[in-house]
Amino acid sequence: MSNFKIFKKGFKNGIPIFLGYLAVSFAFGVMAVGKGVLPHQAILISATNLTSAGQTAAIDIIVASGSFVVMALNQLIINLRYCLMSSSLSQRFDTKTKWYHRYLIAFGVTDEIFAVSSAYNAENVPPAYCYGLIAAAFPGWVLGTALGCYSGDILPASVLGALSVALYGMFIAIIVPPTKKNPVLLLIVMFSMIASAVFEWIPQFISSLSFLQSEFKVIILTVVIATAAAIFFPVKEEENSSE
Amino acid sequence: MNKVYIYMFIMAVVTYLIRMLPLALIKKKITNRFFKSFLYYVPFVTLAVMTFPAILGKIETGNLLSALPEAVAFVTAMIIAYCGGSLPIVATVACVVVFVVELFI
Repeated sequence: MSNFKIFKKGFKNGIPIFLGYLAVSFAFGVMAVGKGVLPHQAILISATNLTSAGQTAAIDIIVASGSFVVMALNQLIINLRYCLMSSSLSQRFDTKTKWYHRYLIAFGVTDEIFAVSSAYNAENVPPAYCYGLIAAAFPGWVLGTALGCYSGDILPASVLGALSVALYGMFIAIIVPPTKKNPVLLLIVMFSMIASAVFEWIPQFISSLSFLQSEFKVIILTVVIATAAAIFFPVKEEENSSE
Repeated sequence: MNKVYIYMFIMAVVTYLIRMLPLALIKKKITNRFFKSFLYYVPFVTLAVMTFPAILGKIETGNLLSALPEAVAFVTAMIIAYCGGSLPIVATVACVVVFVVELFI
């Protein structure tokens, strides 16, 4: 398949990300302007960061005039999950992938772009596919922020609520189909969801555990469950690289 | 208010480095079976953890019904995905289900 065809395929699969981002970043734009950040600043933040939770937390620090160290540490902790995602994605690139592809695609490693890249149906993910996803997703993120900043009441809440579910629907479409052929994956996906719910709901009764509800939850559970899975169900050698 | 641009710069640099370093530094295929398996399972675990129960949204205390549209969308998406629905279809159906169920409650 030619690079342009692969790019187009990525772009097409990126359209649900575009729609989901439109809704989520719209909410971010409304929130940022509501808290006193100027529209062009909020848009610039979206264009340079491309991440939801990190940006939302950052607005609070900016508004409160927090220290630069606090800002750096806050972003490090909230966005640390991208480190795991990039590490996982590194194994899906051809070893000959040029350095500039790695440096450029790195900018677009969001939860959603990572998710759809991971689901690529071959051992190696071609860079053109990632660029296609980014080309669809990035405008959605920036455009949604701008719409939220300048016209917070353009979309009714019901439409926003419905659109933001698109991203979760996408995650489900990525992790569920492979479980049909691999019962171990089904077990791991189910266990992860149950563990996530327990971590989410228990702190509502024990307030000292509330830190578990934050971005720590994703990192802690990913490291613990993926480690356990790797110990108990190591992938078979023949499932590995085709080299 | 120029301080905002310094914040912006710090955010962008920290976030980019977190994403870039693993991709720039891990250029070879890892052969260690444990790490290979770990990185293979990472997407499944991370995405499962991020999807549920977050998809339900903020559940208002004493009003479990507020999460009904999302709950129905979750179950529907899981079933369609298991039956082989493609990505755009599962995402679209999830949206439509939320929108429609919201009309009825």
